[in-house]
Amino acid sequence: MEHKASVLENLADVRAMIKRHKRNDTLFAAIGLLCLMFGLVTLMLLFWQLIADGYPKFNIDFLTEFPSRRAGRAGLLSAWVGSLLVMVVTFLTAVPVGVAAGLYLEEYAPKNWFTDLIEINVSNLAGVPSIIYGLLALGLFVYMLDFGQSILTAGLTLGLLILPIVIVSTREAIRSIPVSIREAAYGVGATKWQVVYDHVFKYSYGGILTGIIIGMARALGETAPIITIGALTFIAFLPPSPITTEPPFLNFEWLSSGFTVMPIQMFNWLSRPDHAFHVNAAATGALIIIVTLLMNGTAIWLRYKIRKNIKW
Amino acid sequence: MATVTTAIKAEARDLNFFYSNGARALKGISMPLYENKITALIGPSGCGKSTFLRCFNRMHDLYPGNKYQGQIVMHPDNTNVLDAGVDPIEVRMRISMVFQKPNPFPKSIYENVAYGLRVRGENNKRIMDDKVEEALKGAALWSEVKDRLHDLAFNLSGGQQQRLCIARALATDPEIMLFDEPTSALDPIATANIEELMVELRSKLTILVVTHNMQQAARVSDYTAYMYLGELIEYDDTDKIFTNPGRKETEDYITGKFG
Repeated sequence: MEHKASVLENLADVRAMIKRHKRNDTLFAAIGLLCLMFGLVTLMLLFWQLIADGYPKFNIDFLTEFPSRRAGRAGLLSAWVGSLLVMVVTFLTAVPVGVAAGLYLEEYAPKNWFTDLIEINVSNLAGVPSIIYGLLALGLFVYMLDFGQSILTAGLTLGLLILPIVIVSTREAIRSIPVSIREAAYGVGATKWQVVYDHVFKYSYGGILTGIIIGMARALGETAPIITIGALTFIAFLPPSPITTEPPFLNFEWLSSGFTVMPIQMFNWLSRPDHAFHVNAAATGALIIIVTLLMNGTAIWLRYKIRKNIKW
Repeated sequence: MATVTTAIKAEARDLNFFYSNGARALKGISMPLYENKITALIGPSGCGKSTFLRCFNRMHDLYPGNKYQGQIVMHPDNTNVLDAGVDPIEVRMRISMVFQKPNPFPKSIYENVAYGLRVRGENNKRIMDDKVEEALKGAALWSEVKDRLHDLAFNLSGGQQQRLCIARALATDPEIMLFDEPTSALDPIATANIEELMVELRSKLTILVVTHNMQQAARVSDYTAYMYLGELIEYDDTDKIFTNPGRKETEDYITGKFG
């Protein structure tokens, strides 16, 4: 009662104090918005610049033509096909290994100093500069295992690069499943594998998928490790097609083929003195950003769609 | 004890339990569970009643470092469910559990009830349909959901979800069903439904229920055990516990002087 009375007596003071405190709210919101805009607007301007510069090359020919000495005729065919094939290898290596490792670490591994050590290392690996992966791949895949400067080498390298991203996002997705759901499954007599397969994996694959897509989007734009392993910067041929018309319909020669990828092609064009090539580079940059945005958009949409039916 | 001879379904014998941090949560508990009866565990928060309940289906095995000492023997086969040689999965197939908060899987109503059967390798659709129907009827939910068995379980109300969890626990014909404060997240009407259901289920199986609500223990149970600080203070007929408790501590608790 006494407390209430004291507020009543000092009503004007209390109101002034609340107003003063609320000023901090407004101030912080303004600073936060400014920081956010700084990042967003910079990116938007950059993107806009690329589109404005590369605009003349936004046509189908750009995607169906090989690189050429003449800027006007040069296209991106070998680069986007190379990127696509490298991504296939990256996906096939990073996803099974990363998801299995994440599931194991979260569900099966005993909690002791050794798994703690692995955990710290996995998180740290996500922050290792990508050129280090390039050097590792050069020594391991190119020289020791003799895979050559091939699509296989590039795919494996990028696979290693995004492995920590896939592992960490898998673990986070798994951790968001409440204990009560696991206990419910164990409670009716499920084994660990039944719990993992019927529940943990099924309820978390939206999050896992998001991590995979974000990792793949990162791999798509990587340049340094690919240059380190020695990708060609100018190629006017396509790797052998993975799919053939004759049985067994699959062909693995493309794995050992030379290649280039979009960021390298872009780098190559940018380093030419002739300004006409810079238009091509800008168009390539815009394309990479668009594909990346599309991939991230897909990730958000998938997560929303899958999470819609899960409420906890 | 006042009641005449009733078969014993399970029996705790000098049960001690230690959490991984070394804390001794149960101290030498010995008590029987009578077949086709409801036994209630009451006591203040932290007295070990849920810990005790979760020993019966070896739920503590899911977390490393927990340790049991003593026995919980099931009759008539005299299996000690705490024996290291007995697989906890086998125990959970005989003793099912209903949790504090309704925890249906994010699957259809049908799949929730059928999951225990699937885990047991059942995949005959006809047998499964029959079992699901039987369990939903047993959990007094059939009439409300029979036209939408393939809807998501999350679309049910809280009380319906808890009855669904009871159906899930019931579908596999358990011998004992454990209830861990099954109505603490429910409104009074849903609570009354669950209580009524427990009394009906008694004819099929043996029930052990943890409750923080003394009126609930008095309403539904045949026997009541009062626990305090990991010890079993008193165990007797529910009527006797609530009208004429043998121990001063029990009386203080049930009359609200303490707790």
